[in-house]
Amino acid sequence: MKVIVQEGLFDPYQETRDYEEKCLPVGKHGAVVTFVGTMRDFNNGHNVSSMFLEHYPGMTERHIEEVCEEAAQKWDVIDALVLHRHGEISISEPIVLVAVWSAHRAHAFDACRYIINYLKERAPFWKCESTKQGKRWVEHNTEDPGVNAKGLKQSA
Amino acid sequence: MNITVRYFANMRDRMGRAEDTVSIDGDAVTVEELWSKVSPQEGLPSNVLIAVNMEYTDGSRVLKNGDEVAFFPPVTGG
Repeated sequence: MKVIVQEGLFDPYQETRDYEEKCLPVGKHGAVVTFVGTMRDFNNGHNVSSMFLEHYPGMTERHIEEVCEEAAQKWDVIDALVLHRHGEISISEPIVLVAVWSAHRAHAFDACRYIINYLKERAPFWKCESTKQGKRWVEHNTEDPGVNAKGLKQSA
Repeated sequence: MNITVRYFANMRDRMGRAEDTVSIDGDAVTVEELWSKVSPQEGLPSNVLIAVNMEYTDGSRVLKNGDEVAFFPPVTGG
């Protein structure tokens, strides 16, 4: 498994293909599920022109790695790749990629969803949005309405 | 003992600085006691998250020499 937190723009689909070619054993996976989070031009009723994403170097990577390891213990994951940006991000650019390879789709879907949801809950990142009214820190992420139904959310 | 204190996001704005290095006498100092030293005018905000050496913890955690303590708001990545 690999976790990268970087400032530069990346192509999530190319990164997924490249990682699969370099790191995945041939013929062992029957499913690859990818989640790509991208930058919207609106949030909480305001137009957003750009965003600065702050992180805590070291702690951020450590907590994403822990979430990936938890997912690999819960489901049959062959491999996983997480790429997450920090710094200035423009509209429509990718912010995060989670790619999970598994023998079967159910494990890949559930592990991917677990990783992105727990990453959003635990990895120390903070979004500061630029709007016409000025800069503002985002106070909370949107909920995933499907987590309880899928049993992917543990009680605290 | 010496403690490094780091502030992120709106906690850094609130404190007006990104980091403090604090020298404290005693060997059973908690995170809450550290906070009262770096912010004597204001109690620990209720929604603040705390990490010691990059692991989440709470205000009752007892510190040791060389620890890195971070205060930050709820996280919003992904």
